[in-house]
Amino acid sequence: MKFIRNLVDSVKPNFEKGGKLEKWHPAFEAFETLLFVPGETTKNGVHIKDAMDMKRTMMTVIISLIPCLLFGMWNVGHQHYLAFGMEASLMEKFIFGALKVLPIIVVSYAVGLGVEFIFGVIKGHPISEGYLVTGLLIPLTLPVTVPLWMVALGAVFCTLLGKEIFGGTGFNFMNPALLARAFMFFAFPAFMSGEVWTDLSPEAGQTILDAYSGATNLAIFDNDYSAIQSVPDLFWGFEQGSIGETSAFACLLGAAWLIISGVGSWRIIVSVFAGGFLTGLLMNFLAPADNLMHSMHMPALNHLLIGSFAFGAVFMATDPVTAAHTQKGKVIYGLLIGAFTVILRVFNPAYPEGVMLSILLFNVFAPLIDHIVVEQHIKSRLKHA
Amino acid sequence: MGKSVRLKKGYDIKLIGEASSQIQEIPSAEIFAVKPTDYLSLTPKLAVKEGQEVLIGDSLFYDKKRPEINFPSPVSGEVVEIVRGAKRKILEVRVLADKSQKAAKVKVPGSLTAESIKEVILKGNLWGVIRQRPFSTIANTEDKPKAIFVSTFDSAPLAPDLSFVISQDKEAFKKGLEVLNTLSDSNLYIGVSGKDNLEINVGEVTTFEGPHPAGNVGIQIHHTSPIRANELVWYVDTQDVILLGDLFLTGEYKPERIVAITGSEVNDPKYLKLRIGQSLTSVWEDFVPGQGVRYIQGNVLTGTTSKPEDFLSFYTSHLTVIPEGTEAEFLGWLLPSAKKLSLSRTYFSWLMPKKKYAIDTNTHGEERAFVVSGQYEKVLPMNIMPVQLLKAIMAKDIERMEALGIYEVAEEDLALCEFVCSSKIDVQKIVREGLDLMQEEG
Repeated sequence: MKFIRNLVDSVKPNFEKGGKLEKWHPAFEAFETLLFVPGETTKNGVHIKDAMDMKRTMMTVIISLIPCLLFGMWNVGHQHYLAFGMEASLMEKFIFGALKVLPIIVVSYAVGLGVEFIFGVIKGHPISEGYLVTGLLIPLTLPVTVPLWMVALGAVFCTLLGKEIFGGTGFNFMNPALLARAFMFFAFPAFMSGEVWTDLSPEAGQTILDAYSGATNLAIFDNDYSAIQSVPDLFWGFEQGSIGETSAFACLLGAAWLIISGVGSWRIIVSVFAGGFLTGLLMNFLAPADNLMHSMHMPALNHLLIGSFAFGAVFMATDPVTAAHTQKGKVIYGLLIGAFTVILRVFNPAYPEGVMLSILLFNVFAPLIDHIVVEQHIKSRLKHA
Repeated sequence: MGKSVRLKKGYDIKLIGEASSQIQEIPSAEIFAVKPTDYLSLTPKLAVKEGQEVLIGDSLFYDKKRPEINFPSPVSGEVVEIVRGAKRKILEVRVLADKSQKAAKVKVPGSLTAESIKEVILKGNLWGVIRQRPFSTIANTEDKPKAIFVSTFDSAPLAPDLSFVISQDKEAFKKGLEVLNTLSDSNLYIGVSGKDNLEINVGEVTTFEGPHPAGNVGIQIHHTSPIRANELVWYVDTQDVILLGDLFLTGEYKPERIVAITGSEVNDPKYLKLRIGQSLTSVWEDFVPGQGVRYIQGNVLTGTTSKPEDFLSFYTSHLTVIPEGTEAEFLGWLLPSAKKLSLSRTYFSWLMPKKKYAIDTNTHGEERAFVVSGQYEKVLPMNIMPVQLLKAIMAKDIERMEALGIYEVAEEDLALCEFVCSSKIDVQKIVREGLDLMQEEG
């Protein structure tokens, strides 16, 4: 530790004002503060501060994503061997998946952080921790077959148009990771929808089973809701889908950690699920009686389990910057996301996954929701006074 | 007993170094100093020259804008030095104490009315104890407040037990409350803690229970008689009620304070009997063995940093000494640690609610934009949206500041928000900027 500190201190003067590499100070600072919490003390105001900071906040979110990440890696292998009808051990499946997923993660971080560093150096502002989470969220929402150059493009789009043009973390109004995914979805639909969810790289001497179908549950339920996989399969996540979002169970583990640690808003998580469930029930109630296979008949619970509903509710809708900021606003925001997701899924088969679009939509509406809540608050204050 | 209010929001920061119930008298050095900077937004004008002799209670300086408001000398003796800072700003008026102390005497009439009370306080040069909300500044003498508030307990970390302080001078406290009751036309509101058992015979008593900031007068005002548009209330600190009581009992200024010296760096934390303006140098030497510490006049949330050679400020009834946190910590943001306190449950502190901490002054991270929402709301027991209010202040949007309740808050009420903020934003500084702006515009 002492050695590292000395090393950092020895190069530090180069990056200070007047130093040779003064321009690179934000980049140096980012590395320095990553290694060491600075020995900075309180100047005015409170003399002591809570031990929580932005880095730890982001780290907490990353930890909550680990179940999804590990399960996702295993499932990539699982789906692959399933398509070929091959037997494989847990470890084999996991290693296969890890080898496919890790490059995507590396590219996402390298490119995204690169853009952040460049911006930090040009603009002279400190490099924020936000991308530590975003950089992992992007890969988890992508199909495993996505080309790496596209991941890089998405990461650039995300940091540039999702964040930096607004001033960086804290100033953006749409979830950067989802924005990247939406960009890729609309720019390269052939790579982002259809039969892209399972890695079908050839296995020597094996052919893909005839029974294999690349259609996800989201695509199936539009034609015949009863043909989707069983509830336990959906819950544990033994299904095709984006890398990290198939397992509702892994998402719930993450949600538990986010809620216990106090970093994620339970209001948002609970209300997204509630909004989806209630709308699902409403659909059942309104469903046409003469068409028993109609997607409106889909049991409400299944809506919460298929696709990336759980992942979106737990990790995307809760982004504190782009969600509603007021406590009441969060509930309204969550309910609307849940409801809108189910409506999109049922009535618009062109966009099988409604979660992404409805979160982005209500990111845009969050300030309006907050505005209404604050106006109500002001009115109640006037009455009270 | 009157109303009872139970507050759920807030937080008690548990620190090492609570004062034990003993009082020690500290012999004083000969030089005393009165600091105009103790009084918020005061422009002082000197009432004395160097070399002039003064009695206890004689005016040393007055408010330039309101010359009727004077500030008293805590000792009799000779004015030896006017310490000035940049732009000749008066920082200290130093008085060399005489061997035998003499006090100026104010005539207190037998039957008191609001008018005669005002006159006695002004003549006794003690108007500085009466402050107002909004703005937390010294009250205007000609204003008519809706009510006067006294909080009889301090809920801040390591704060002195004011019921213990009151028990040392019950008579003066009682007299002080009576005086304030008359001054307020019987609109005196007194906030007491559910844990204390104070005997109070005047005013409207409200019992408060719950974590800090339940003892803050601003929180108590909010829950008993909130400030509406164009209203103002006055408030007086408990120890200042005793000063007033003494003035009305004896006609003299008795500038003594029972001050708690607390904090993890204090050897044998206890109560000290000090005189306002007394030098703290010997106090620090006697009670603080270590180096690398921060001396604070007040508590860790709202106190002011004190130099080692400082003098006791006018409103100070609490001293705290904590370690400075200048050490950079390797991967401090990543590793779990049982030594750190956090309201978030990402450290272990939430599993050990009774544990006491020795927290240093490290900021534990760098300043960032607002990111996490919902943190401030947990520690502010008011019907106020703190983040929205702060943003309105930063945008200098006066109408919105008003609508969101700027008049009801002072820095101290949002101090815990600053403590919990994971973006390390200077909440109290922003609140003060907002209040200053409102005062300029108002």
